[in-house]
Amino acid sequence: MNDNVKELKVSAIENGTVIDHIPANAVFQVIKMLKLDDFDQMVLFGTNLESKKYGLKGIIKVSNKYFKPEELNKIALVAPHATIIEIKDYKVARKTVVETPDDIVAIVKCFNPNCITNKEFITTRFNVVDKEDIRLKCHYCEKITVKKNMEFT
Amino acid sequence: MVVNNLLKSGFLAAFFLTFCIVKLLNFNLIAQQTYLQMKNKSLVSINDYSKGEQLKVLEAAREFEANPVQTILKDYVIASLFFEPSTRTRLSFESAINRLGGKIVGFSEAANTSVKKGESLRDSILTVANYSDLIVMRNPVEGSARFASEISPVPVINAGDGSNQHPTQTLLDLYSILKTQETLDDLHVAFVGDLKYGRTVHSLVIALCNYNTTFHLVSPVELKLPSSVKMHIKEKKLAYHQYTSMEEVIPQADILYMTRIQKERFSDPLEYERIKNSYILEKEMLHDTKRNLRILHPMPRVNEIHVNVDADPRAYYFQQALNGVYVRQALLSLILGIR
Repeated sequence: MNDNVKELKVSAIENGTVIDHIPANAVFQVIKMLKLDDFDQMVLFGTNLESKKYGLKGIIKVSNKYFKPEELNKIALVAPHATIIEIKDYKVARKTVVETPDDIVAIVKCFNPNCITNKEFITTRFNVVDKEDIRLKCHYCEKITVKKNMEFT
Repeated sequence: MVVNNLLKSGFLAAFFLTFCIVKLLNFNLIAQQTYLQMKNKSLVSINDYSKGEQLKVLEAAREFEANPVQTILKDYVIASLFFEPSTRTRLSFESAINRLGGKIVGFSEAANTSVKKGESLRDSILTVANYSDLIVMRNPVEGSARFASEISPVPVINAGDGSNQHPTQTLLDLYSILKTQETLDDLHVAFVGDLKYGRTVHSLVIALCNYNTTFHLVSPVELKLPSSVKMHIKEKKLAYHQYTSMEEVIPQADILYMTRIQKERFSDPLEYERIKNSYILEKEMLHDTKRNLRILHPMPRVNEIHVNVDADPRAYYFQQALNGVYVRQALLSLILGIR
């Protein structure tokens, strides 16, 4: 089964953005991170689709929406190999990959229970100190949150 | 010919003089800029201050040591907010403020404050900032000082936020090293004890990475320096050596920085019993040292330095605590822009 046929498992969109190569278990997290659960246009998604490269993958198609890079890059935390495809008139207009940003704001919880961000109503902020293994240094308590401890707000 | 030579010499002398004046002015300008940069700048983490700024603090501390009683803070009110008990740090800050004629408002524990009623740190800081020109804060919650510095309209000095940072301790450690060694460069500094959890060790190691230090790290295997701190040493390509006993380190060290090993850090109590005596410094262990060796300890001490070391001229931990007053006087004056 090639990629084109798989794409058809989730209907094509006329205009908008396709986010492909999402790990199958991260689709709902990406929807949440991009606030698509509160979006007023058509959003299509599929998960546990076969992928030659990644085994199983997920895909999200968002109608009539083009994202800014900073909006999309934050999904690199859960979907580091995601491909972003901008569709115009059913055709691929632009194809990029996500890049892990230098800073992460308001998405991740600090794993340190004694961090001020877990005690008061404060927006979390992290500096990404390792983009390969995803290690986040808390701006406040300076402790490192690693991928296995990562919880999302 | 003679006139020509005279003219030439005159030109050269004038040129040299102008060069010196420009250099001097430039130097003063840089020093002035450093002072300006430090005015109203909170100190939360030792990394908040550049090497130049740290050296300015030490230079000012030296001046306060020579002249510790002044009235430069007489028109200032300093808030001293200790959300958890502290002896040395609080008294040292209060002594520094009192000796400079400043007024102190605040509390030494959270028990009798609005915090007990459930007030948020945000509200406490915003309220207290109305009553003071600078806030000194200790709080057991990590990151609380950074947060306070971001919301407070007056500068904040972190006097310890949980296991995170205690930058004034680091500055007084640097000052003690500078004072006893007359330099911070190219020293052999040995850290002994709990290198894993000791925040004073972490901050001092990071600060000393600016000075071409050779690090000697002595600890039980369970309490080795974390890789996140070692990373700073490696980044600067500095030498470090790890040991499990301190005997071979003592003859090499310029500074022996002792810390306490706490029983609760061990999952196996028998392991603690086995190693605890290996990290106690006694006078007879100091028979073969460099002449300039000085022994430091962030205090409080329990038993890791035997009292028979106290009278030794190489023991420096009580003077180290005194240096904290001068360093804090320096910080207060620089941050308030009084210097």
